[in-house]
Amino acid sequence: MNYEPVIGLEVHVQLKTKTKVFCACPTEFGKEPNSQVCPVCLGFPGSLPVLNKTALEYAAKAGLALNCTVQKYTKFDRKHYYYPDLPKNIQISQYDLPISKDGYLDIEIGGRTKRIRIKRAHLEEDAGKLVHHENASLVDYNRTGQPLLEIVSEPDINSPEEAYEYLTSLKSIIQYTGVSDCDMEKGTLRCDANISLRPAGTKGLGVKSELKNLNSFKAVREALTYEIERHEQVITGGEQVVQETRLWDEKTGRTISMRTKEEAKDYRYFPEPDLPPFEWTEELIETIRKTIPELPKARAMRFMKEYGLQEADAKQLTCSMQAADLAEKTMRAYPGANKKTVVNWLIGPLASEANARSLQWHELGIKPEDLVELIGYVDSRQISNLAAKAVLTEMIDTRRTAGLIIKDKNLAQISDESSIEKDVAAVIAENPKVVEDFKSGKSNALMFLVGQVMKKTKGKANPQVVGDILKRRLQNA
Amino acid sequence: MSLSKETVEYVANLSRIELAKEELEKISKQLESIIGFIDALRSADVTDVEPTDHIVPVNNRLRSDEPRGSLPIEKTLANAPHKDGRFFVVPKVIE
Ligand SMILES: [Zn+2]
Repeated sequence: MNYEPVIGLEVHVQLKTKTKVFCACPTEFGKEPNSQVCPVCLGFPGSLPVLNKTALEYAAKAGLALNCTVQKYTKFDRKHYYYPDLPKNIQISQYDLPISKDGYLDIEIGGRTKRIRIKRAHLEEDAGKLVHHENASLVDYNRTGQPLLEIVSEPDINSPEEAYEYLTSLKSIIQYTGVSDCDMEKGTLRCDANISLRPAGTKGLGVKSELKNLNSFKAVREALTYEIERHEQVITGGEQVVQETRLWDEKTGRTISMRTKEEAKDYRYFPEPDLPPFEWTEELIETIRKTIPELPKARAMRFMKEYGLQEADAKQLTCSMQAADLAEKTMRAYPGANKKTVVNWLIGPLASEANARSLQWHELGIKPEDLVELIGYVDSRQISNLAAKAVLTEMIDTRRTAGLIIKDKNLAQISDESSIEKDVAAVIAENPKVVEDFKSGKSNALMFLVGQVMKKTKGKANPQVVGDILKRRLQNA
Repeated sequence: MSLSKETVEYVANLSRIELAKEELEKISKQLESIIGFIDALRSADVTDVEPTDHIVPVNNRLRSDEPRGSLPIEKTLANAPHKDGRFFVVPKVIE
């Protein structure tokens, strides 16, 4: 029998506010342990939480960007559980009236568009961090109370690839709204996955497992792939899948049962008496909606229309807003009609420079006009493509312009035929056998001779001009 | 209203409280009387009453996103039964 995986994802993104969600403690990353705490986030008796206006607005903004409806009336609830990273023994979260709900996100999969529904997006507070030692655990509450937006998808995802696409799109959209960095390495985006199998074509839901410890989008994809196979083996072996939480082990590439007593979770939610509810006005929701920039998909479509780009290029250029901004400014500043020239530079040399430095290309300090200047030297054949790549590296390292570097390093390409003729003559004289090969019709012989001339000119000759002179001379010889 | 032994044990476990046999009996009786007291609410007619989320008629209390100072570490850890440097220390927990 064929089985179909049914996957739902729970994503937590940390909102980029200056202070925590219910107190005025700062939210800076990497500070000394327990240096950003106060009676409210430590849960000292008698302290009162007050909602951060920016956190509320960011939560609504992200919800709107994900096509959710912001609910007119929202409230907070207490979720009860005991864990040392939670000093109050309750987490302030939202139960039945989340800030927003009923949204969706469209992903591209196998050349078609698929809609993944978003059930809800609610605001809650983060927990602290535990450091485990041999005999004890140490607790740092700096992260406690930082604002989190939990985004819950409907189980509309049917393959690990779809999950990967969903996460990539979600991250891109949230980053565009500017409410979160969505950096999995820094923990500002976290993901848990629910997965079950059902006979293909049926509607019911099988027994699910919940996957945790997914530290990258790649890990999500691999863990799901592993888990689908595991479920399939259990089912085809005539056994039942056990509902449980499993941890992904990156090293062994397997999921491991957490072996906890699987008692039903009993969070005993009730309305948070210390926080009054919030009522939205239509005006306020519209004001927030207006702050949402053009989102990645719309921007990619516009890039295709306005600059004549291919879909794959447009998609790559728009995956982050800052990168797209740089791309668009460069395309606008470039005087040539064929913007593909600029795109090739961005997704080629610039992207590899960025990769080599573990940065994104907008972080390289290259201004659009600097890049346009460099491309101009190549277009007018004043420098070779190869030399231009070296100039780009130098531009990033020294923050100097292409013009200065080319002059300084004497990189200008020789297109003047008379100065190349001498080297061409020498190469022909030095390689009689290759010349014979060329004359007997071996076309790669010409490439070899061009290479020899390039060597003599230290790469500064325009290879096309060299080729032309060689052909002319050999054919007339 | 009477409570089963299982229910009381379940609630104790949720609250991370360990109860000895005598305590279990004593607490069960106390819980029963508390619940009996609250049970009086059941006799109220709430047919046309909207559920209440909050008893104070004040909504939309917000704070601007401006950082204020946090607690000095001495105050933060003042009541901690166990500490190590800048950390609170708890019995080892591994999920
Ligand atoms: Zn605080």
